[in-house]
Amino acid sequence: MHEGLFADGPPRLAASRCGACGQHHFPRADVCPYCSAPGSVAAELFGPGRLWAWTAVNAAPPGYLGEVPYGFGVVEFDEGIRVLGRLTEADPGKLTAGQPMHLVVVPLHTDAEGRTVVTYAFSPGPGGS
Amino acid sequence: MTGVEVAGVGLHPFGRFPDVSLPEMGVAAVSRALAEAGVGRGGFQAAFCGTAYGGVASGHKVLGALGMTGPPIVDVEAGCASGAAALMLAAASIRSGQYDTVLVMGLEKMPKGIIRSSFFSPWQEEAGFSPAPAYFALRAQRLMADSGITKDHLAQVVVKNRRHGAHNPDAMFTTPVEAAAVLGSRVVCEPLHLWMLCTPNEGAAAVVLTAGDGSLGRVRLAAAVLRSHLPGPVLSESTPMSGTTDDTVPSASQLAVAAAYDEAGVGPGDLHVVECQDTDAARELLAYEEIGLCAAGGAGALLAEGATALGGRLPVNPSGGLLSKGEPLGASGLGQVVELVRQLRGEAGPRQVEGARVALAHTVGRGANAGVAVLVG
Repeated sequence: MHEGLFADGPPRLAASRCGACGQHHFPRADVCPYCSAPGSVAAELFGPGRLWAWTAVNAAPPGYLGEVPYGFGVVEFDEGIRVLGRLTEADPGKLTAGQPMHLVVVPLHTDAEGRTVVTYAFSPGPGGS
Repeated sequence: MTGVEVAGVGLHPFGRFPDVSLPEMGVAAVSRALAEAGVGRGGFQAAFCGTAYGGVASGHKVLGALGMTGPPIVDVEAGCASGAAALMLAAASIRSGQYDTVLVMGLEKMPKGIIRSSFFSPWQEEAGFSPAPAYFALRAQRLMADSGITKDHLAQVVVKNRRHGAHNPDAMFTTPVEAAAVLGSRVVCEPLHLWMLCTPNEGAAAVVLTAGDGSLGRVRLAAAVLRSHLPGPVLSESTPMSGTTDDTVPSASQLAVAAAYDEAGVGPGDLHVVECQDTDAARELLAYEEIGLCAAGGAGALLAEGATALGGRLPVNPSGGLLSKGEPLGASGLGQVVELVRQLRGEAGPRQVEGARVALAHTVGRGANAGVAVLVG
C-alpha cells in the first residue's frame, strides 16, 4: 500500500481542500498549491468521476513492477479536480470521453516478502473490469 | 540596457556516439563556437552550461579539457529547456553590464529508450506513472479533441520534419518518411506511434554572446526568457498528480512566448522562421497555438496548407526538429539557436528560409520549464 494516498474503508482518494480558495488537492497537501494558503483540511474523493483523457502503456517503463499493457488516464470529479491514474481498461478503443469511472484498488505486484502491493485505479465498471 | 549579439555558434552533431564522451562532445561544440567568434582563452568572462543528465561539473569538464577554467562556470538544469535556461542567464549577465562576452553551452548523453527521470518518486515508477510518452499521448488526445487534429495531421508533422531533416547532416535521421510508414510504426501510447516521438540521444551545442547592437552585421539575441508553470492544468509539463478544471490558465510556453515578444518588441506576425519543441508530433501543433502562429484550433489547417513546411510562408523546424535530430535534452535548445543563427546569416544551404530576418526558438519540458529566444538578423 502506498501510504498517504488512501483512506481506510471503501475505495476513496485521500485528498484535501483549501479553506481559502476551495480547490481540492490530490495527493493531500497542507499548503494549497493553487493559492499558497496554509491549513488545508482533509477531504475524500469517492467518485465516480468522468473520463477526461486516456491512453495505454504498452511497454514497461523503468522501475515499473506491474503488467503491461495498462491503461493510463485522467478522470474528472464533481469536486472540480482532475486526477491522473491507472485505468483497468488497457484497450483505448473500448473507452469513450465522459463515461463514468469508478475508483478501485488493484493489485500491482507481489513484493519480496510475498505481500501483494496494490494501488488505486479507475474502472469503467463498479467492481473493476 | 546593453544589447546582446551572437558572435559565434558551434555544434556537435546529434545522434549516438558510443566512443565519444560527454566532455568531448562539449569540447567539439565549444571549440567551433569560439573559433567562429574569434574568442580564445581569457576572451570570455563567464560560462553557462545546460545539462539535465550530465552530472556534476559538466561545464567544468569541458572547459578544463580546453585549459579555459578560471571564470565562473554555472551548470544549469531545467529539463528539456536546460540550454534555454543557460542562454537566459548568459544574456541577462551581458544586458546588466556584468560581462562583455559569455560562453553558453548545452550537453547531453542520453541512454536509449524511455527516459528514467529522478523527477518521479519510487512508488510512482513502481505503479507506472513515469513513462513520458503516456503524458505526451494524453496531451495529444486532448489536442485532437479540442482542436480537430487527426492522426493524419500527426503523421504529416513527422513527414514534414523528416523531409527537412534530410537536408541536415547534423541530424540523427536524414531519410524522409511517408505518412503510411509513420502510421504503420508500432503504437507506443495511443494515439502516438513510434515515429511520432523524438528519440532521446546525444549531442552538444555552443553559442558565444557579446555585448553589441548588431551594427557589425551579427545576429542579435533580442529576447531570451525562461518561465515555469502556473498551477492548474493536470497535463502541464510540471507533471502533477492532479489539476483543476479551469482551462483558461496559460501554459508555461504561453507565458514564455508572451514575455519574449514583449522583450523583443515583436509579435507572431513578424516571424520568418521558427524552431519549436516537437518532442512528439502533437507537441509541435500545440506549439503553433502557444506561439500564436494560428488561433486556438487552427494548427491542423496551418499544417495542411503547407505554411510551416520549407517553401511555405512560415517554416517551422527547418532543421528537421527533434523528430529528425533526436533530443539531447541540455543541447536541444541551443541547437535551435545554432540553426536559427545560420538561417539568419543565410548559411543554411538546401534548407535555407529565404529572406529570414526574425526567428523564434521554443523549448519546453518537465519542471515545467519553457524557454523562448527571439533572434534578429
